[in-house]
Amino acid sequence: MRVLVIEDDREAAHFLQKALKESGHAAVVTHDGEEGLEAAREGKFDVLIVDRMLPKLDGLSVVRLLRDEGDRTPVLILSALGEVDDKVKGLRAGGDDYLTKPYAFSELLARIEALSRRSDPQQEQTRYVVGDLVLDRLSHRVTRAGEPITLQPREFRLLEYLMRHAGQVVTRTMLLEHVWDYHFDPQTNVIDVHISRLRAKIDKNFEESLLHTIRGAGYMIRAGKS
Amino acid sequence: MLARANPLLPHFTRTTAFRLMAAYVAVFVTVAAVIAGVILWQTNQLLIRQIFATLRTEAESVQDAVRQRGPAAAPDIIAERSRLSEGGLYFLADPQGHKLAGNLNRWPPELRDQSGGLFRYAATTGEQSRERVAIGIPVALERGQRLLVARDVEEQRQFIGRVRSLFLAGFGLLVLLGLGGGLAASRLILRRIAKITTTARSIMRGDLSRRIATSGTGDELDELSRNLNAMLDRIEQLMAGLKEVSDNIAHDLKTPLNRLRNRAEAALREARSAEDYQEGLERTIDEADEIIKTFNALLLIARLEAGAVDESKEIFDLTALVRDLVELYEPHAEENRRKLAFEAEQGEILVRANRQLIGQAVANLLDNAIKYGGPAPDSPNGGSASDIEVRLSRTEGGVEIVVADHGPGIPALDRERALKRFVRLEASRTRPGTGLGLSLVAAVARLHEGQVKLEDNKPGLRVVLSWPIPAMLERPETKVAVSQTRIAQ
Repeated sequence: MRVLVIEDDREAAHFLQKALKESGHAAVVTHDGEEGLEAAREGKFDVLIVDRMLPKLDGLSVVRLLRDEGDRTPVLILSALGEVDDKVKGLRAGGDDYLTKPYAFSELLARIEALSRRSDPQQEQTRYVVGDLVLDRLSHRVTRAGEPITLQPREFRLLEYLMRHAGQVVTRTMLLEHVWDYHFDPQTNVIDVHISRLRAKIDKNFEESLLHTIRGAGYMIRAGKS
Repeated sequence: MLARANPLLPHFTRTTAFRLMAAYVAVFVTVAAVIAGVILWQTNQLLIRQIFATLRTEAESVQDAVRQRGPAAAPDIIAERSRLSEGGLYFLADPQGHKLAGNLNRWPPELRDQSGGLFRYAATTGEQSRERVAIGIPVALERGQRLLVARDVEEQRQFIGRVRSLFLAGFGLLVLLGLGGGLAASRLILRRIAKITTTARSIMRGDLSRRIATSGTGDELDELSRNLNAMLDRIEQLMAGLKEVSDNIAHDLKTPLNRLRNRAEAALREARSAEDYQEGLERTIDEADEIIKTFNALLLIARLEAGAVDESKEIFDLTALVRDLVELYEPHAEENRRKLAFEAEQGEILVRANRQLIGQAVANLLDNAIKYGGPAPDSPNGGSASDIEVRLSRTEGGVEIVVADHGPGIPALDRERALKRFVRLEASRTRPGTGLGLSLVAAVARLHEGQVKLEDNKPGLRVVLSWPIPAMLERPETKVAVSQTRIAQ
């Protein structure tokens, strides 16, 4: 995908560009708000990564201006300000996601990949299928190879989120934010235990594992080798 | 003179007390002068009108007498009246203006063209001649004779003059007393303020322990001093806090930073293969993540201590939040061979609070209980003693969340310290995590005007987080819609 990075710290921007390229994405880098806004208006991008504090025009204004012009390109706001209020302001300005510095690149990558799919209309489907695992959102039923699997409500939502992002890395923080609506640090890796419980229900007794742990990043649900 | 001797203080004429008093005196004197002036003028007018009336009556009686006895008798009549009347003044002139009779020497020049009014004349008593003031009206008699009927008003004039000087003297006294009073009052206040100023100066020089002495009368200056002292207490507390914070930040961040550096160095020094380098780098990143966590926790506590996150408060069901958190931590607890037992009264408990912060606080309590709530090494019953009870309940005017474990607990002496901002108990430094969990819980409680209490669970630790809710909240309809859509996503 094509990513526009608006970040005034040249080293950080360069690092992002390089890391994105290594992950198979094309990145264009601009260093101030005005330049960034121009680039966003001209180029066709799948995701914008916008730093909040920028010279000439701040990040939130860039996002607000783009939204006013009807540009719906997904935006990830990067910021050193990480309090709940700051997040709320960022999302209110039209940002789709908010990531606090310092961040892990794997977290950023997982988030922009999730964002780029978000504009996909097929996400609102009522059935998710990964290999022989099927989740029906309307009847709240999950089957694997035709056999029903009983899940707790929270496990159902966890699986639903993972399956909606099938083939993408989903980080622990993303799960906490979207499945539990918690925007804080739970101190310990509480998510891991929930994942292993879910894994026990959907992967145990089956030859092929669908729920994978991506080291240093998070989890991914996918069928076969891709 | 204290006011002049003390260079810290303004000159007394520049004090508020003195200026207020001076302004007050000025206004009072002006108003009083206007009133007194009006009264004097009115009295004078009244007297003059009365005299005119008397004069007109007299004139009429002279005219009657002349009419009866004939114009030739006029000089006799006037001469007679001049002799008998007391204070009455007369001057009868022929058409050419020559004196025919009367006790005045001449027709007063002031009244030549007028119908009547004030004039001056010289009164002779014995050898002395004094100028006096009189009021007279001219009366036309038959055959062109002209008569002036007048009355001496020197007495009245002097009376009015005396009253006027009395008033002036009174006002002068008033001004003197007023300014003197103002001076005394400003001196008195200046002396008290001098004390405050001296204390303030010595505090500015760095002695934060100084306090302003109060006079004990409970007046407004005492009140001010008490408030200033309270403010100084708070400042001193904050300064101490700040020092503590920087000390703790230094400790909490420098230690892991040092560890990070050591790891990187060790990797450089010892690594032989690519895998060794990889491992070294991964461990460095882990260490960096721990530092970021600690840093975030410290920053969050500092921000909460500064207050003002009211904007992000929302109304939510506390029961659901705590139940969800217990559910989130349950598998983790089981892995650590603990059991979480959740207990709450029926129905929703709606609160208006910062959901994320309350969530973080409860999460910290659960995490702490799971981490440290294990049975003490010498505990006789290891099995069931590791249960962790979580209880949510309404109290009078508030809510209360209790998290109780059966671990070793915190010694009574350390309990208060554990809640102080940025304090980590030594025991927690060796364990994973930031060790700032309880400080953060305390900060969240303070932000919601609540409190955290650490109690003995016999054995174990019982943490009570409570905060007041002003009134029973109604669930807003929109909030329901929002949370439902969130679930539906």
